[in-house]
Amino acid sequence: MQPMTILTSEAFGLTVGRLCHQLIEDHGDLKGVALIGLQPRGTALARRLRTGLERILGGEYLEYGELDITFHRDDFRHRSSLHSPSVTQMDFSLDDRKVILVDDVLFTGRTIRAGLDALLAFGRPASVQLLVLIDRRFSRELPIQPDYVGKWVDSIADQRVAVEWKEAEGADRVTLQSDRP
Amino acid sequence: MSALSSSDQLSSEHLLGISDLSPADIELIFRTADGFKEVINRPIKKVPSLRDITIANLFFESSTRTRVSFELAERRLSADVVNFASSGSSVSKGETLVDTVNNILAMKVDMVVMRHPDPGAAVFLSRHVDARIVNAGDGTHEHPTQALLDAYSIREKLGRVNGVKVLIVGDILHSRVALSNILCLQKLGAEVMLSGPTTLMPRYITSLGVKVEHDLDKALQWCDVANMLRIQLERQGGDGIANFPSLREYAMLFGLDLDRYRRIGKDVVIMHPGPINRGVEITSEVADHANSIILDQVENGVAIRMAVLYLLAARIPRQSV
Repeated sequence: MQPMTILTSEAFGLTVGRLCHQLIEDHGDLKGVALIGLQPRGTALARRLRTGLERILGGEYLEYGELDITFHRDDFRHRSSLHSPSVTQMDFSLDDRKVILVDDVLFTGRTIRAGLDALLAFGRPASVQLLVLIDRRFSRELPIQPDYVGKWVDSIADQRVAVEWKEAEGADRVTLQSDRP
Repeated sequence: MSALSSSDQLSSEHLLGISDLSPADIELIFRTADGFKEVINRPIKKVPSLRDITIANLFFESSTRTRVSFELAERRLSADVVNFASSGSSVSKGETLVDTVNNILAMKVDMVVMRHPDPGAAVFLSRHVDARIVNAGDGTHEHPTQALLDAYSIREKLGRVNGVKVLIVGDILHSRVALSNILCLQKLGAEVMLSGPTTLMPRYITSLGVKVEHDLDKALQWCDVANMLRIQLERQGGDGIANFPSLREYAMLFGLDLDRYRRIGKDVVIMHPGPINRGVEITSEVADHANSIILDQVENGVAIRMAVLYLLAARIPRQSV
């Protein structure tokens, strides 16, 4: 089956822009806010959001970090392959910060659970919110819900949501792919 | 989920020696250690990966640094740890190695980290007991985690291991660190030269493809990295014959002091596996020099051992309930 386009390049830009404005709407000038991208795929969105926010607000206001959750995953020794770790970049304490956790696709919620666990090693945040570009709703395995969503997608388990980035794949695009003929 | 691919798992169930590892295995250990190095610099230096794994540390030979390094690595991975030292134990009552270990394994231990005075003890154990074995030094044979952390420290300092010229100085004959280092560095594409007294140089060592240079000053001119091994006083003269006349003579011919270091005229990286006999193989000024990475080696040791334990544990099948 041909991949079905969920977000075109134009829609992609509009969606990221809307997410930036929603963050400003809730958090004002973003003082005390820490934007944390989850490795490996959430960091592209987090970097895009940071650039967008700085353009709108005209300056650097927020703390920015990237978090790898490999060693906090709950599927270690449950699957035959291993995830290889990515870089964690957290140069500040999360104590009393308002954390916005950023990932590209929310599916079962297990990555976010591991992310919440990994966050605790860096301090005690005042609050944690979740921002995702794509929410594959009705497929959650844990009680985790996003606070900011780019787009909701209804999909079945063996379909795959592919998020492509201009920086890595050459174009901003989200598609729904299916292995079934 | 995704199929087993050769690059994301170790090819070996145990870590018995560097000789069993492929270059891809070593690269995987290094990549994983990069992640753990970041973890051990966090405010909370602990991850939950191995919380359902129990590890026994069996040290049949005295060790402080390696034992502490392994134990920290295990605890930072959230494993349960039991320690066992040979003195004052059933070993001194005549129990065999396999019996000792099987008694410990009966208490549901998944992995064994073992240091033993006999070469081949780790291989022997891996054939007779049902647990993953990590060799923490077996006599004069191998000390794989030390070689891995040494190569990792060179990679960190110089950005690569391939093509780097490494000089290993000292008691090559009694050194498991030397053998594991030679094998590891060669697998990663480094060139190795050995220096030391003729009496402490194994006879056919050049068959490993290493250079030998008994003039330390010439050898230092050649190298990018100098790894100054400890003179193992406890292993000298076991056959009633001294291998060198005196520590003073050894220090004069094969010790690295500041004068000799300055004469090299380039920034050679200084390494030492510890514990240092200050004033014998290396003087204090050189050990504490800006080009010395001796303390980085110690820090990297924890990250490397975390990576090894993590990757070996990943291959332990989970018991279905």
